Amino acid sequence: MKLEVLGTGCAKCKSLFENVKKAVELSGKEAEIVKVEDIPTIMKYGVMSTPALVKDGKVLFSGKLATPEEIVGML
Amino acid sequence: MLKQFADYVAFSLIGLKPGSHGGEALDFFIYDTIKIFLLLTTIIFVVAIIRSSFPPERTKRILSHNREYIGNVMAALLGIVTPFCSCSAVPLFIGFVESGVPLGVTFSFLVSSPMVNEVALIMLWGMFGWKIALIYIGTGLLVAIVAGIVIGRLKMEKYVQDYVWEMQVGQQEIEELTFRDKLVYARDYTRDLLKKIWPYVVIGVGLGAFIHGYVPQDFLAKWAGRDNPFAVPIAVALGVPLYSNAAGVIPIVSALTQKGMAIGTVLAFMMAVTALSLPEAIILSNVLKRRLLLTFFGIVAVAIVAVGYLFNIIL
Repeated sequence: MKLEVLGTGCAKCKSLFENVKKAVELSGKEAEIVKVEDIPTIMKYGVMSTPALVKDGKVLFSGKLATPEEIVGML
Repeated sequence: MLKQFADYVAFSLIGLKPGSHGGEALDFFIYDTIKIFLLLTTIIFVVAIIRSSFPPERTKRILSHNREYIGNVMAALLGIVTPFCSCSAVPLFIGFVESGVPLGVTFSFLVSSPMVNEVALIMLWGMFGWKIALIYIGTGLLVAIVAGIVIGRLKMEKYVQDYVWEMQVGQQEIEELTFRDKLVYARDYTRDLLKKIWPYVVIGVGLGAFIHGYVPQDFLAKWAGRDNPFAVPIAVALGVPLYSNAAGVIPIVSALTQKGMAIGTVLAFMMAVTALSLPEAIILSNVLKRRLLLTFFGIVAVAIVAVGYLFNIIL
């Protein structure tokens, strides 16, 4: 599974990246986590409010900072 | 009731003398902090419920069907309820213009969204009363609508960074939230926002209380009163670097008003603090060429100064 954290470098985006890492550890699943900061890629997903989380090319949510527990439920 | 509680704590419990500088300052501080936090919690929660129905994707869709005038009015109004954070300004801007929202309409949104927000409203209502809060919303919307129409008329599309027009923008589905989801969203939103702004509110109210208790009456009348024609532009210029601290700035200016600062000057200052921010300008320079960025700031600044003069004359 590939997880992409979309965000242009705001504080919330960094926290989301950390929460996603924790969530993957909690779930015990294998995942590649990448941080996406470039605008064209973010726009390709149609995301207008950051941070957002993308799983295998599908936007799970945007414009919020989810907790690790919430994210585990989505993986 | 709040007043009695504040009096009780300041004068009976702590034992400061009513009428003394310290006593009055503490009394004022306790009363204002409790009042403001009660207002903030309730209203942010209610606004957040409304807000959950207007994700930026929906706002974008509504606006892409509207042209000049109606579009500008809709954009300014939607700016109140659509969640906006300056860190998302770039994707939001690109999303809007790429889906066919006219440039002027996009700017109406960009002006209104940070300026006419619930925190500024609550603080104004709590510290100045509902009339000033309503005047602030009304003139804030007007500034956003007029600035957007002017920018639209100037036909400045070529001053948007070229890459913006070439970008491929995907469509995102709008998730439908149940009422329960909305309550959860509103609860989290209120909690996060309060967590972020509470220190500013406490410091702002504290400084306001200090000014209230210690600064002599009419101290500012000479410099910031309505007779000084330079007060409005200076207040607007001072507002630019004070970005994002609306929650802390309002209690301070409220106290300054009691010391003789004119109300139009206060309104202009508030609008400058929220609408003209340096960090936002830097973020927007990613999508706007310098000429459009300066035009945008210039028009909004002129409109705000006009609002300041107007209310110094009529209020």
